[in-house]
Amino acid sequence: MKPFAYARPGDVTEAVRTVAGEPAAVFLGGGTNLVDHLKLGIARPDVVVDVRTLTSREITDLEDGGLRIGAAVTNSAVAADRRIRERYPVLAEALLAGATGQLRNLATTAGNPLQRTRCVYFQDVTTACNKREPGSGCSAVGGYTRYSAILGIPAALPDPTAPETCIATHPSDMAVALAVVDAQVQVLGPAGARTIPFVDLHRLPGEDPSRDTVLDHGELVTAIDLPPLPAGARSVYRKVRDRASYAFALVSVAAVVVGEGDVRLAFGGVAHKPWRATRAEAILRGGPLTQDAVRAAMAAELAAAQPQPGIDSGNGFKIPLLTRTVVATLRDLTQAAGA
Amino acid sequence: MTELLRPRAIGRDLARRDGVAKVRGTATYAFETPVEAPAYAHPVQATVARGRVTAMDTAAAEALEGVLLVLTPFDAERLASTEDREYAVLQSDEVAFRGQVIGVVVAESSERARQAADTIRVTYAEREHDSTLSVDRSDLYTPEKVNPSYETDTAEGDVAAAVAAADVVVEQTYSTAMYHNNPLEPHASTALWEPGADVPLTLWDSTQGVHPARAAVAKVFGLDEEQVRVVCPYVGGGFGSKGTPHANVMLAVMAARALPGRPVRLALTRQQMFVLAGYRTPTIQRMQVAAGRDGRLSAIAIDVVEQTSKIKEFAEQTGIPTRMMYASPSRRTTHRLAALDVPVPSWMRAPGECPGMFGPEVALDELAEALGMDPVELRVRNEPEVDPETGKPWSSRHLVECLREGADRFGWRDRPPPRHRDGDWLVGTGVASSVYPTMRQATSTSLIRFEAGRYVVEIGAADLGTGTWTTLPQIAADALDVPVEDVEVRIGDTRYPIASVAGGSSGMNTWGSAVVEAARTFRDTFGRNPGDGDEAQNGVDQAATDDDHAAYAFGAQFVEARVHADTGELRVPRMLGVFAAGRIINPRTARSQFIGAMTMGLSMALHEHSVWDTRIGQVANHDLAEYHIAVNADVGDVQAHWLDEHDPHVNAMGTKGIGEIGIVGTAAAVVNAVYRATGIRVRALPVTLDKLLAALP
Ligand SMILES: Cc1cc2nc3c(=O)[nH]c(=O)nc-3n(C[C@H](O)[C@H](O)[C@H](O)COP(=O)(O)OP(=O)(O)OC[C@H]3O[C@@H](n4cnc5c(N)ncnc54)[C@H](O)[C@@H]3O)c2cc1C
Ligand code: SF4
Repeated sequence: MKPFAYARPGDVTEAVRTVAGEPAAVFLGGGTNLVDHLKLGIARPDVVVDVRTLTSREITDLEDGGLRIGAAVTNSAVAADRRIRERYPVLAEALLAGATGQLRNLATTAGNPLQRTRCVYFQDVTTACNKREPGSGCSAVGGYTRYSAILGIPAALPDPTAPETCIATHPSDMAVALAVVDAQVQVLGPAGARTIPFVDLHRLPGEDPSRDTVLDHGELVTAIDLPPLPAGARSVYRKVRDRASYAFALVSVAAVVVGEGDVRLAFGGVAHKPWRATRAEAILRGGPLTQDAVRAAMAAELAAAQPQPGIDSGNGFKIPLLTRTVVATLRDLTQAAGA
Repeated sequence: MTELLRPRAIGRDLARRDGVAKVRGTATYAFETPVEAPAYAHPVQATVARGRVTAMDTAAAEALEGVLLVLTPFDAERLASTEDREYAVLQSDEVAFRGQVIGVVVAESSERARQAADTIRVTYAEREHDSTLSVDRSDLYTPEKVNPSYETDTAEGDVAAAVAAADVVVEQTYSTAMYHNNPLEPHASTALWEPGADVPLTLWDSTQGVHPARAAVAKVFGLDEEQVRVVCPYVGGGFGSKGTPHANVMLAVMAARALPGRPVRLALTRQQMFVLAGYRTPTIQRMQVAAGRDGRLSAIAIDVVEQTSKIKEFAEQTGIPTRMMYASPSRRTTHRLAALDVPVPSWMRAPGECPGMFGPEVALDELAEALGMDPVELRVRNEPEVDPETGKPWSSRHLVECLREGADRFGWRDRPPPRHRDGDWLVGTGVASSVYPTMRQATSTSLIRFEAGRYVVEIGAADLGTGTWTTLPQIAADALDVPVEDVEVRIGDTRYPIASVAGGSSGMNTWGSAVVEAARTFRDTFGRNPGDGDEAQNGVDQAATDDDHAAYAFGAQFVEARVHADTGELRVPRMLGVFAAGRIINPRTARSQFIGAMTMGLSMALHEHSVWDTRIGQVANHDLAEYHIAVNADVGDVQAHWLDEHDPHVNAMGTKGIGEIGIVGTAAAVVNAVYRATGIRVRALPVTLDKLLAALP
């Protein structure tokens, strides 16, 4: 734990200027992730800029029929909003499957997708971790990999000493739902505003596992837009976890189905970012959505999966588990549609 | 045989006397004891698993504003006794496990202390460490005794011959995981050292026994026990982890002694509790069970391999329930330990019985399956007339009645067939037995004083949240033959007469017996109409009064498990336990002990697992987001029932102790239910969905 200055600027422009002008400054949303990191020494900022009262706490209708969720709207408020529940059940369900009521009352729309990995080594400053301390190595490889990734990992067995190695997963449930509905992220930076497709917000580790997203230092998320889903779209979020509540996903599936021929799928718990299953989607396009077809599509999607060995047999179980979960989720969604 | 107290207050469903204060937040716990100008201590921990500290650069820490003190192995006071190496904090530069205390910072605020601790740079001469538990280790050794003083190995008859000759044999290896106690209130103390005072050391500590804590602290610091006062009115849970002090207590006292006159507070963080507060060793249990077609056991054997630390031995008595549970002419139990570069294991709710009834109770289910016999009937068939281990008659044993009544209440007879499917769920039911020895500690004394028309009962007993504040008055009232409202009990302070630790489910048995003795003496001395200020003291000075009987509490647990046919997710919608645990003092506090322990057993079955990373020598998932315990949504209908058991041999109250038995057998019942649902026998806890995927339709 390191002392820091706490700033509450007058408006978002000033907030952006403050953070952009100070290399060791961070934004604070609900603080449910960041404050833990401050205590554990994972984040060591000099300045913490509280933006919760500066960004919008409203969900507004957009002209195209979509919705704009202000960055400071709490997870509870999003999950409870009638428009969200009716038009984007996948998002409401994802939120309600995450954390606890108390945490959701604090957690914000911007903070949730920007929460950092729960990799146990990332959270322990006494162990090597490329994400926390670039170049130090990756303790997760060959260690506790139950919650680690299987997708988006380049080599067959990553080198734990290489500076680019990271097999962490992104833990947010909300982010998986936002990926499947093709949300757009509204960002304000020192150079002005820009819009980032949500599926492009998070990165794979690439050469630099320390960076979770494409946001530049000082860029503030001001809102997240949900485009309208096609008429007749049905959506659902299915999370599989080690206990009935209050646990991160082992795997999760966000699905949107429009008729038989348009399936959108995103997965949680399997990669460094919410995983949009574009290969599976392409194979399933046009239908019909039989269980065999879904299995075949999943086999293609998971062809490059790299199960990670580790303590207690590693995480190879995620391949059958994810496949089964997708098959069941689409089965239930289409059965419900037929009913 | 004792004449049991006539129950009037005993047996009543009385609300907790300390409940209102706790709900209002006015009950003070050790860390929040109101004191003048407290200082805050934060431990510095080793980041290597083995080696020596060669240097500690504390300059930056010392330079920080508000830092009062930094202690390291190089400058800390030398302790009077270093015999117990867990307590020998900062006495040597040697690191015996990762996370070991190698320093402490005291500052004006806890944040500053933590910050300063983080700035200390430590240089180590690191050595290779070894923390891998396995049955194949060549250095497994035979401890002299197992906790606390049981024989390490026992053998009767010829197990091998019985196995060779038997109709049906089950030979399997079962394992339980490493578990960490995580009471809501972390291990915490406030320590004040006033060198000139009559009682120079005052220690407010979250402990299961103020007197045992005082004895340990006095010894380590070379003080007379009279020079130490330990105070602990309330404890936010202990489960054994506060039954003996740990290094944090010695560190708090050491820091206070270095800052005379300044009260020093020290609370472990959740992560530190995974290193410094004890844990349950993982166990590997090789079972052999042999029986004839009629289901009668001809042999039962358990060979246990488990771990201890290199600096202090703790040998979990995992094998002991196998010695007495069922009638079998041949029996063998053994314990072998691996001494590793790991933190010191210790007590966790029902040490011995809890892990030790996992292997046997799953093996019996496997035997029942092989015999095509109802597992309840199999257990009934192996009911021993007398204690198989000692040959003594039982003080009382109602296991069969528990099984029968439990089966009726649960609807066991109509249980669904194997691999029954209900919608998306595969459904199965399972059963297991529970047992816990009835213990009484050797030392406890109570003082009774007539004061302003009421009876004040003083004893240094502990209430871990278990109900002592409420149940001791019930015993005192009946012993004095007065209404319970006329009794005030004072506990949790070494100023009161000596009391034993709240451990081994012996609290009520021991303190209650002391109170009954004191009440007799009081009445004998002052009659029924005492004068104001009249007081009398008496207690117990031996562990048990009855050497002629084997005394145990028994129980039976029934579980319904559901496994999701698509994903393998597990749910346990129903648990039902029936216990025969002597007389129940207060059904309300008793029920919460039973269902709390059953829930902890459920947690052990499905969730709890300290994931040990042998590469770094540490628990990888060392916080409560990653170390799962059952949450509300995991717990369905949990019922605890008990038989009206009359046992005149145990003590004057007829109590057997109820704090631990509820966790014994639960995990086995869950595994047995999951087997019935899926056909998969999970022999290594916890039961997680990945272990079931292969069996799903
Ligand atoms: C025990 C526990 C269990 C949990 N379980 C789950 C779970 O099952 N599923 C799940 O999805 N989540 C879970 N969570 C995580 C929880 O959802 C997140 O902590 C929360 O959503 C983060 O939101 P916040 O507003 O509190 O973010 P903060 O902690 O305030 O911030 C998180 C990050 O976002 C940055 N940030 C915040 N606002 C902005 C902004 N406007 N622009 C740019 N950057 C910003 C911060 O700098 C920080 O890096 C759990 C958390 C805990 C503690
Ligand atoms: S997986 Fe990523 S976050 Fe985890 S230890 Fe490796 S580098 Fe760090």
